[in-house]
Amino acid sequence: MSKENWVPLLFIFLLLCIPLTESRFYVFLGTDILIFGLFAVSLNLLLGYTGLVSFGHATYFGIGAYTCAILMKKASVPFPLAFAAAGALGGISALIIGFFCVRLTKVYFAMLTLAFSQIVWAMAFKWNSLTGGDNGFVGVPFPQFLDSKVLFYYFTLGVVAGSLFLLRKVVNSPFGRILTTIRENPERTEFIGIHVKLFQLVAFMISGVFAAMAGALFGIFNHSVFPDILFWPASAEVLIMTLLGGIYSFFGPIVGAAVLLFVRMQVTSYTEHWPVILGFTLAFLLFFFPGGIMGFLQARIARPGGNR
Amino acid sequence: MPLRLSLFRGNKAMPDPSFLLLQSLNGLTYAMFLFLIASGLSLIFGILGILNFAHGSLYMLGAYFTQQFVSLFIDAPGQFWWAVLFASLTIAAIGAVIERFFLSHLYAREELYQLLFTYALVLILADFAKIIWGTGQFSVSRPALLKGAVPILDQFFPTYNVVIIFLGPCIAFTFWFTLLRTRWGRKIRAAALDREMLSSLGVHVNRLFTVVFFIGAWMAGLGGALVSPVSAIVPGMDVEVIINAFIVVVIGGLGSFWGTFLGSLIVGQVYALGILVFPRLSLAFIYVLMALVLIIRPWGLLGRPLQR
Amino acid sequence: MILGVEKARKSFDGFVAINGVSFSLQKGEICSIIGPNGAGKTTLFNLITGHLRIDEGKLIFKDQDITNRRPYQICRLGVGRSFQRTNIFPRLTVYQNIQAAVLVHRGRSFTFFQPVDSFFRKETEEILGRVGLKEYGETVSGSLSYGFQKQLELGIALASEPELLLLDEPTAGMSTQETHQTMELIGKITREKGLTLLFTEHDMEVVFSISQRIMVLHQGRLIAEGTPEEVRRNPEVQKVYLGEGR
Repeated sequence: MSKENWVPLLFIFLLLCIPLTESRFYVFLGTDILIFGLFAVSLNLLLGYTGLVSFGHATYFGIGAYTCAILMKKASVPFPLAFAAAGALGGISALIIGFFCVRLTKVYFAMLTLAFSQIVWAMAFKWNSLTGGDNGFVGVPFPQFLDSKVLFYYFTLGVVAGSLFLLRKVVNSPFGRILTTIRENPERTEFIGIHVKLFQLVAFMISGVFAAMAGALFGIFNHSVFPDILFWPASAEVLIMTLLGGIYSFFGPIVGAAVLLFVRMQVTSYTEHWPVILGFTLAFLLFFFPGGIMGFLQARIARPGGNR
Repeated sequence: MPLRLSLFRGNKAMPDPSFLLLQSLNGLTYAMFLFLIASGLSLIFGILGILNFAHGSLYMLGAYFTQQFVSLFIDAPGQFWWAVLFASLTIAAIGAVIERFFLSHLYAREELYQLLFTYALVLILADFAKIIWGTGQFSVSRPALLKGAVPILDQFFPTYNVVIIFLGPCIAFTFWFTLLRTRWGRKIRAAALDREMLSSLGVHVNRLFTVVFFIGAWMAGLGGALVSPVSAIVPGMDVEVIINAFIVVVIGGLGSFWGTFLGSLIVGQVYALGILVFPRLSLAFIYVLMALVLIIRPWGLLGRPLQR
Repeated sequence: MILGVEKARKSFDGFVAINGVSFSLQKGEICSIIGPNGAGKTTLFNLITGHLRIDEGKLIFKDQDITNRRPYQICRLGVGRSFQRTNIFPRLTVYQNIQAAVLVHRGRSFTFFQPVDSFFRKETEEILGRVGLKEYGETVSGSLSYGFQKQLELGIALASEPELLLLDEPTAGMSTQETHQTMELIGKITREKGLTLLFTEHDMEVVFSISQRIMVLHQGRLIAEGTPEEVRRNPEVQKVYLGEGR
């Protein structure tokens, strides 16, 4: 048990030290990784733990981003309240959308999540008066008590660490265990007495809340929100991050986010052909490393004198 | 929308009936292109159980290759139609190669891996197109015979489009007839019903799958080839068309042939006329339709109802 | 009466799978349903457990109308089931498989913040022992041999402490020795817990040795019902099942 705890704590310590490098680049990258890490972990609650393939997770990220930004700029709502509202709205929309989606399975489920995400995208794209349309919602104010990028980094670190702590508890709880049985065999789970759709819906809601929180942080961090964070390739991107890190590991998705963001940053400074590299990497991953980075590492560690 | 649909700018009285008719005919033309891609998509889903994200990319490559072959066959008689033939067959071959050497290795895995592989292909193929042909816009001129326009009431409608409108159902009937009557066709229909049974009957399922993918890709390539004179050949046409193709197969019913035809007609008309009726909501409307079908009748208008 | 099936009818796309089946089970009975392949045995089970919607007829369990109730509701009322094709949670360990069922049965499925490993250790170990899987607790269940997976399935069904146990071909694919062991185990558990047992089987030895009552299903209808002796002597059964002139 404690072995599983001190590795993440070590990472948190390392992350705390990043601003000490006095490098703007690393602080920015770090904030990005934390935000997308939380986004990816929230998706993995559905994907890796419950076995639900959502092709529209960007919906809640976007709803969180727009809600927080709009409330802060247009209604001058103080940040803590706007942030909480973003999370709440993410949860509520996940509840509504999820209610319809969990009635379906597999491909149909994925397509409905995609359809809803496109509806929300279309709304953000066209509702110029509220969201600024395709010109984006700009000039989002930075919360006053966090007026430096470093402070914002620490704040993000705190929020993400706290969220991960909570999510970890949920995943290791009886509820979390039932989610994995649903992933393994929904029919059997139904016949040990579980209302499977209800559990899937609750998982959907929880993941929506945390995705929205990540989105809210994103909107503030970038001082702006554009509709393309709702467009379906954004949902595909977070899926890729999650898969890259490893869907059967709790921290896998963050590792995936970190690697993807870092590599993308490096590659795009040399060439504009990032998509083809991403495509080949993804294909390579799918064929040879289905467990992702964490899956690969865990298999490696287990092998020498392993007791599995 | 790829077609040059003229937008009705005034909004006072009822639009002129000949204008409405023209819009509707444009929608019908677009529907035929959608039908070609969507039927390939539906066929692949019905037999292989894979939702091929890369189908839009195959369509796009069909257009690019047509453009390439046209400039290769310059001044040859019937250059356009030869180009269409060569281009669509090239795409079919590419599809067969993808299925045979890559996709087939993922059949044992969960659907997520197959889906994401097709998405990886989208990334790769899109960038390939950019590398080979650059980011500029191409177009192909209509075949000399069909350069004119036909008078409809008091407007003019391009002859080429008329041909497409008739060609669409012809191809549809040929296709459907082949499925019904030929040996390969019967095997394909049987495979749609029970894959496992088929392999135990000694049918070469692997070869069958490659043939199905070849045909599906050929349809997409043909769609792209035929659309090249009426639409700009430009990066991004893959992403735009695949979403519309998804909508078509969802509305019509995944795996249903006539459903795809019906779905294409509906989507075509919604795009053509929707922008006149609700200009602001038109973007979201098609996705709302998709969501409604999935919620109320997930198997689409003509699909097979899912059992409980 | 613990289970009552009244004029049950189910068809698929025009094909009538169950055609007016009626029977009842008394508490503590050991009853089997036999019939040729395609007779509708699994379909009947699926109707009782709610996995399929019944077209016509009624299902009653412990004086409650369970017609068209959802499977999880029926399970909670006290019906346990094993499936024809092994239905376990492959990536979880044997222990976790059983523990999950115990968690649900004890009403702790909605607990969010406590670590799951500490829950119901004793109860889970007891069930593991009962089905003979005590040493395999930490094994990933998907890697077990077929026979052990079937035992695990039984364990999962038992963890919900059912009053009525439906077993769909519990000894399918087993050797003679495994079959004996399994049926002995099932018999022992049934007697100890006072369960009512309804099972389907192809192995006639098993059926005739353990059943108190046998029902014969053919093309969706019950063509015979009675003690093993009565059924064995029934001419219609002989015709349908054992071939004419035997």
